[in-house]
Amino acid sequence: MNTQFWVVQAFNGVSYGALLFLVGAGLSLIFGVMRIVNLSHGSYFLLGGYVALSVIWITGSWALSIPIAVIAIALVGLVMERLFLRPEGRAKNIRDALIALGIALIIRLSLGRLLPQMIPGQIGNIVQVTLVVAIIAVPIYLVLQRISAVAIEADTLRQVLMTVGFAFLFQQAALDLWSGNPFDISPPPALTQSVSLGGMSFPLYRLFMIVGALVIGILLWLAMEKTRMGAMVRATVDDAQMARGVGIDTNKISMFIFALGAGMAALGGVIGGAFLGVYPGLDFEMLPIAFAVVIIGGMGSLGGAAIGALLVGLADNFGKALFPELAYFTLYAPMVLILALKPTGLFGRD
Amino acid sequence: MSTQNLKIAIVIVCLLALLVLVPMGNSFVVLLATRAMAFAILAMSLDILLGFTGLASLGQAAYFGVGAYLTAYLANYYGFGLKWDFWLMIPIGMAVGGALAALFGLFAIRATGTYFLMITLALGQCVWGLAYRWNSVTGGDNGITLKGGRPQFGIDLTNDINFFYLTFAFFAATLFALYVLIRSPFGKSLLGIRERELRMRILGYNVWLHKYIAFIIAGAFGGLSGVIWAHANGIVTPETVVLTTSVDALLMTVLGGAGTLVGGAIGSAIVFGLREYVSTLVPWWQYVLGGVYVLTILYLPSGLMGIPERVRQWRNSQKKRETTKMTTAPSSH
Repeated sequence: MNTQFWVVQAFNGVSYGALLFLVGAGLSLIFGVMRIVNLSHGSYFLLGGYVALSVIWITGSWALSIPIAVIAIALVGLVMERLFLRPEGRAKNIRDALIALGIALIIRLSLGRLLPQMIPGQIGNIVQVTLVVAIIAVPIYLVLQRISAVAIEADTLRQVLMTVGFAFLFQQAALDLWSGNPFDISPPPALTQSVSLGGMSFPLYRLFMIVGALVIGILLWLAMEKTRMGAMVRATVDDAQMARGVGIDTNKISMFIFALGAGMAALGGVIGGAFLGVYPGLDFEMLPIAFAVVIIGGMGSLGGAAIGALLVGLADNFGKALFPELAYFTLYAPMVLILALKPTGLFGRD
Repeated sequence: MSTQNLKIAIVIVCLLALLVLVPMGNSFVVLLATRAMAFAILAMSLDILLGFTGLASLGQAAYFGVGAYLTAYLANYYGFGLKWDFWLMIPIGMAVGGALAALFGLFAIRATGTYFLMITLALGQCVWGLAYRWNSVTGGDNGITLKGGRPQFGIDLTNDINFFYLTFAFFAATLFALYVLIRSPFGKSLLGIRERELRMRILGYNVWLHKYIAFIIAGAFGGLSGVIWAHANGIVTPETVVLTTSVDALLMTVLGGAGTLVGGAIGSAIVFGLREYVSTLVPWWQYVLGGVYVLTILYLPSGLMGIPERVRQWRNSQKKRETTKMTTAPSSH
């Protein structure tokens, strides 16, 4: 246990914390602004990695894969928020139509399995499947229109279960689209070198992660503290009802924050894909760690998420190195203690 | 009171039907029913918290896992619980589940709403972390395989049908015990806490203690389900205590109907049926499971058990509309 051990572990811990900041900050803001406990946040992380992989396979460009993955997953988050978490007006009809199509597709595919002689071909040609699905979907849609859906804005348990349902849907979709094989995202060669400093060598990629997270963190902080939009977000976190009262469009704010959070998780997935890999199950591995970051820092606070990410990153690395058998215990036990002693987290406001 | 008796009669008829019909099925059906019933005990224990006390716990798998790991560990390393001493394993599993809940409850009970969800999630993750990494005890990722098989003591439990009868007995006993609990004055005060916590406090009830005891009872029955699960499954892995197991138990309770006890059992049967039967038919079974989650939340606020009530309300509103039409029609002429 010389200094080299401590320095290397601390460096690894800080760089892992940088990654966790990307995942945790979004989750924290989403909770702060919308009071939504989003259990599909880990899926955004995983899907971000998968989309980046596809971009790299097609174009060969790592740099291009980052913005595309971020935008794609931000859109996924946006659609989820608009149609399912806070549907209003026309969005409810679109949601019902989507659900009807989904059910119809499952019925059509099951028919192909159970009664292959009735409908020719396993999947058949696309025109035929689309037609059958459309025909089945119409009555389902009409029925759904008559049943009023339950509003879940104020019910944490229902949000949890709904977002877990989406996490399962995303998991299966990822399995179908990208197979179950584990992949790695290899960064450009310029970033795979190492820098030596004081007789120790540090991988450049991890330095890049720290710098990247710092830059994003500072930009976000400036946006939150210095812009009009940021002030509106902060007002919504503190008291959404009052914010609405003074004319802030909290609806738009929540849409924006949800997309931002999903995009940041996707960014984490692309960047983390280089050393964590991209594989089925990563979503539910990241999810509780992201919650640990958010809880320790305090829900809804950007600075809290940064400190929480740093602490969790360090606890994870030192825990694994010093007490390998208790590694995850050393991560979640502090989370329990903080929740029991100061439920709003180290930096949360309530 | 007669509707209550009718409901009890329906439940008893259903239980008897299960007892008669399941052993007539093939081995797949018997094993599926056994596993679903073992898990249903966990779902019903969670219903005591969720449905009757208003506490949504995201860590119920912890007690389940502790019961299962303890059973597997004692059986493998000490040969304990494989002969007549299996009957000792039941109270031991319940005691350990209850003791863990007593410890966890000290941290969790004061929290409410989202914070209760979060702290139970963290507590569950602590147990998962130990199961996953503490290789020398839990076998890490590989878990513990019960090498000695199921207990044998005159009754041969390695026979799947015999084991089904045993699981059924514990399932029915749990249902009965929890039913007695919720009908007791204690159960009524839990309901009061669920509805109006502040009012109960003003009336002089020790709300914290009520919640704490409910938490321990739920933990004890969670431990019981773990003991049976270990033998039903034959292997105990970190999957047993993973976050999604807790979430599954929550969904089962909500799907069947929280606050109905039997709802958890119905939910368990449906989810296990989907997972184990549909997955043998199609590779994309998880779409069905995810779909069930989303549809339950959107369209079944009171679960499957709440459907008759919803239909009745809908009919009443239709009737009202008709009568208002009739009364307003002549005046318009």
